[in-house]
Amino acid sequence: MLGTRSEIFSSGGKQKMTSLDKQIIICRCEDLTLSDVRVLIEKGYRTLDELRRISRLGMGPCQGRTCRPLVQRELQASGVPMKSQSIGVIRPPAMPITLGAIADGSEEAEKDA
Amino acid sequence: MRKSAEVVIIGGGVIGVAIAYHLAKQGCRDVLVVERDYLASGATGRCGAGVRQQWGTEMNLRMSIPSVKMFESMNRDLEYDGDIEFKQGGYLLLAYTEVGWEQFQKNVALQQQHGLGVRLCTPEEAKEIVPHLNTEGLVGATYNATDGHCNPFHVTDAYALAARRLGVEIQTFTEVTAIRRSNGQIVGVETTRGPVATKTVVNAGGAWSGQLSAMAGVEIPVRPERHQILVTEPVAPMQGPMVMSFHHHLYCQQTPHGSFIMGLGDPSEVAGFNQRASWQFLEEMAQKITRLLPPLRGVRVVRQWSGLYEMTPDRTPILGGVPGVEGLFLATGFSGHGFMLAPMTGVLLAEAILGLPASLPIEKMDLGRFARGDLFYEPSVV
Repeated sequence: MLGTRSEIFSSGGKQKMTSLDKQIIICRCEDLTLSDVRVLIEKGYRTLDELRRISRLGMGPCQGRTCRPLVQRELQASGVPMKSQSIGVIRPPAMPITLGAIADGSEEAEKDA
Repeated sequence: MRKSAEVVIIGGGVIGVAIAYHLAKQGCRDVLVVERDYLASGATGRCGAGVRQQWGTEMNLRMSIPSVKMFESMNRDLEYDGDIEFKQGGYLLLAYTEVGWEQFQKNVALQQQHGLGVRLCTPEEAKEIVPHLNTEGLVGATYNATDGHCNPFHVTDAYALAARRLGVEIQTFTEVTAIRRSNGQIVGVETTRGPVATKTVVNAGGAWSGQLSAMAGVEIPVRPERHQILVTEPVAPMQGPMVMSFHHHLYCQQTPHGSFIMGLGDPSEVAGFNQRASWQFLEEMAQKITRLLPPLRGVRVVRQWSGLYEMTPDRTPILGGVPGVEGLFLATGFSGHGFMLAPMTGVLLAEAILGLPASLPIEKMDLGRFARGDLFYEPSVV
């Protein structure tokens, strides 16, 4: 069994790797596992901003909505207190939207104006 | 953090870490890089990630062609355990006016003299290269197959890791608050983590390089200018080359990851440090790109952001020492194409700082050219 969330994410100090870590998906958009995230934190990427940029973590269609809190807990467990963590900038658009929809919408708005 | 260093580099973008690596490679290992935020947090990490050699001035050609050679072997040369994701899918540049087409013909003649395998294309030939291109109104195009894309985060990471292995110290979240001079000689910098004694300072501060130079009492003609950009969800590979139109002020490329990165320049953008994203950009970008590349209508935008070009009056970098201030070196003014020129910039600045023979006549790109009136004026900037 995987254990409870608190056992997995709040073990404190250096993270112990297990073979299961390679099967636990943290970032669904980019297929990053708990093991991937832990390896990067070990290597010294210790802010969400740096983790995102080196691995595309949280940069996919969900824009981090699923993985951000999980990674924040993982950082905390690695010695980066939650209160000192920056969640970075939440960028538009709020949800993925097709270029066609944006183009059509804005052209209609221009006609109405 | 060390209290003294032979060289202090201000700015942990790709330019700063490339210079640090080349200094260390030449044997100068007592180097400190200070970055206010995290590595690649400024223009490097916000750029369009394009790598181009189709330039309209001799110096940009002489900078960009060897830089591409260095990207080609960078994973190996820097012993990088990741991948810089260099993709040479070419650049297709589009001309929509006779004036633009004449400029392209001049550019191609110059580019071919420098050995670039670039060619002029009719609209029909352009469509063969990018089949989903709408060629309405197109006068002609130029295509160079060895241009492409590279991952700016991984290039910065590769240089930083290689530099650290050679003994370079890189300190992030550390801001320079003053540059100390004694008469005409640099003597040190003050940082948010204490003073550092040094006789050599490199200003690789991008959009903030004007403020940094002012700390050393030197005025430089760089103007920060916001440029906006967006990225889509990844989709199956469908577009090899970067498509770029100076007429529409736009560029659009599919990365090896599958996402499309596209950006627009706004000729009415005012100088300043505004890095907010605007809905006006999103609408204009969507309208223009769905006309030019219609199948992109169905691709979803996941994120938009902006970054700062640091523009010079002739849209060409300012490189090298500063007359009257011994020990101050500039590597700035890249005017939106610093990432792709970073490899050669690293080589040239290391040579200039260490007094080694120069691979290129770097003195032509010095700060003094603005007083002399020896400007370049690069015609090909979005």
